[in-house]
Amino acid sequence: MSVQETLIPKLGVVTDVRIDTPDVKTFRVNALDGGKVFDHMPGQCAMLSIPGVGEAMFSITSSPTNTEFMEFSIKKCGCLTNWLHQMEEGQQITIRGPYGNGFPVETEFKGKDMVFVAGGIGLAPLRSVINYVRDNRQNYGTVDIVYGSRSMEDLVDYKEIIDVWCKEEGINVYLTIDREQEGWDGHVGFVPNYVKELGFDTNKTVIICGPPIMIKFTLAGLIELGFDKTQVYTTMELKMKCGVGKCGRCNIGAKYVCKDGPVFRCDQLDEMPNEY
Amino acid sequence: MKQIKLDSIQSLFKALSATRTLYLPVDTPAGADFKKYEDGVLWSGALNPNRSAKDFFFPQTENMVDFKVEGKTIEIIEPTRPDEDFVVFGVRACDARSFELLDKVFLCDPVDTYYQNRREHGVIVTVCCNKPAETCFCTNFGIDPTAPGGDVACWQDDDTLYLQANTKAGEALLNSVADVLAEADDSAADSVKETVKAIMAKLPIQNLDLSAFTEDNLLNLFGSEQWKKLSEACLGCGTCTFVCPTCQCYDIKDFDTGHGIKRFRCWDSCMYSEFTRCAHGNPRLSQVERFRQRFMHKLVYFPANNNGDFSCVGCGRCLAKCPISMNIVKVIKALGGANK
Ligand SMILES: Cc1cc2nc3c(=O)[nH]c(=O)nc-3n(C[C@H](O)[C@H](O)[C@H](O)COP(=O)(O)OP(=O)(O)OC[C@H]3O[C@@H](n4cnc5c(N)ncnc54)[C@H](O)[C@@H]3O)c2cc1C
Ligand code: SF4
Ligand code: SF4
Ligand code: FES
Repeated sequence: MSVQETLIPKLGVVTDVRIDTPDVKTFRVNALDGGKVFDHMPGQCAMLSIPGVGEAMFSITSSPTNTEFMEFSIKKCGCLTNWLHQMEEGQQITIRGPYGNGFPVETEFKGKDMVFVAGGIGLAPLRSVINYVRDNRQNYGTVDIVYGSRSMEDLVDYKEIIDVWCKEEGINVYLTIDREQEGWDGHVGFVPNYVKELGFDTNKTVIICGPPIMIKFTLAGLIELGFDKTQVYTTMELKMKCGVGKCGRCNIGAKYVCKDGPVFRCDQLDEMPNEY
Repeated sequence: MKQIKLDSIQSLFKALSATRTLYLPVDTPAGADFKKYEDGVLWSGALNPNRSAKDFFFPQTENMVDFKVEGKTIEIIEPTRPDEDFVVFGVRACDARSFELLDKVFLCDPVDTYYQNRREHGVIVTVCCNKPAETCFCTNFGIDPTAPGGDVACWQDDDTLYLQANTKAGEALLNSVADVLAEADDSAADSVKETVKAIMAKLPIQNLDLSAFTEDNLLNLFGSEQWKKLSEACLGCGTCTFVCPTCQCYDIKDFDTGHGIKRFRCWDSCMYSEFTRCAHGNPRLSQVERFRQRFMHKLVYFPANNNGDFSCVGCGRCLAKCPISMNIVKVIKALGGANK
């Protein structure tokens, strides 16, 4: 693929808007003539834009196994995302990608018992892998999902988690919220502590996505439990413009997060400067 | 090898500009800059223009795509790509080398077709430096100013310009202006080369120790105590990045023209505080980190990704232009030996 095709976006149309939390909405995007704008692998991202407003990178939260549409869970936090949150069905947007390396679902993850750890909007990239694993169940071992947010209302994709994931055999879902709340009888506490309490078998492969601070503490907890950094994967988030390793913006040391990432194995992070 | 007397050099410029646009360094009140050749325009004798020649292939601003937005619908309008054939005359060895470094960024997969298109339309004529300056240190990066590269290389003595084609495009260019050129012996420029080599050998910045700048040493260099002191006075003005022939960072922006939206890219600078500001914060909060990024990129990160090639060509522009007299040579000297 050439940049002529990657820097010049394609058109997509919003075909469904779901309100997830007070500041997160999930948008379904189709090509103008139906179907998907392009294919992707779990963990890859796309540049979405409204011309005149801005362009930004978002994880493709739907699984590649979904052949009908792509989905993006977007948190309202600035100029473009505010605009996106006002969109209704039928709104066209521009989209380019897919960008990034994605998770090694067909190589390193194959046959592994998986633990997914997410905080807040960090579920977006993980949801793609989780559903990919569910749809290719025979290729993977057990699935544990630990997901936490500030409050009940801030859990993204709550309905899918409760109605689908929780009911599926071989999948264990552990939800937690930061503080006690009326109507919540589940676990209360921060994600890193919960992961330590749950104390997973150290043969498992772990993927962590969420705020940098959550990633850091969860990783430390896993190391204490006896995990090796080579078993733990995470995604990085830096300012991006081009998505193809040329605008010079998203590097951590010699690696460009848009091209060499956003997925990194935690032992790789040790070889990179601590500048993220 | 071909030759032309300097007192009839205008006939060469006329012939070159007959079939394509010719750009060459011209003196302006603010110093030399590349300008379009028109009748009577004089070639500057300056060593190097203020701005590098990267503009020709990676312009400071460049239209990428247009949009028309109406209600909920968007129309994407692909821009017409410039198809003007042009010659850049008078490029020095350092700037000529910078194109090879920019090629590594823009022509690797996925190819940047905006850059590629301009590259394909441009022919580069280099000229050997007669009087390298004290700020020149290209030789530290394996550049030989007496073999300046490009499609056609030229050497100049008191009264003659000697021209030698290096590529097929260069040969075609010389053939197209054969009428104004005379044959010259292949060794005609040898004495010029010797003279320049002798000058180079006496310049102050010739033996920089670059051995510490290796990928293995990346974390040590990154963690060096020196960055704080080196960056202390840096204003974050970005001058060093704008004049640098190898700096290639860019931003992508939208502009509402009133008739539609233009999406363009423009040079950006890692020296600016906004450069990496994103939704969850900014990984480079102070000028120390931004300053470190610029030099780590040139001396460690770029080489790590490009077979050890440094992303500096020793043109000396940042030495001459930085308002606080900070520059890459000071950085190399401070870190080069210290962290081995
Ligand atoms: C690989 C990757 C994947 C991502 N995936 C997702 C995803 O799945 N879902 C998602 O929601 N997000 C995701 N993001 C983040 C997303 O790209 C950002 O949220 C988005 O760029 C915000 O754009 P904006 O225009 O709305 O915000 P901006 O307007 O750029 O603002 C960003 C932040 O800066 C602050 N700010 C704005 N202007 C200023 C100023 N002048 N001075 C100081 N601060 C200011 C804002 O308050 C806000 O906090 C991802 C990012 C990356 C790199
Ligand atoms: S860093 Fe300075 S000397 Fe090196 S190429 Fe850039 S402007 Fe020239
Ligand atoms: S090093 Fe000098 S030219 Fe570069 S940003 Fe700092 S003050 Fe400006
Ligand atoms: S976004 Fe341009 S280099 Fe990564």
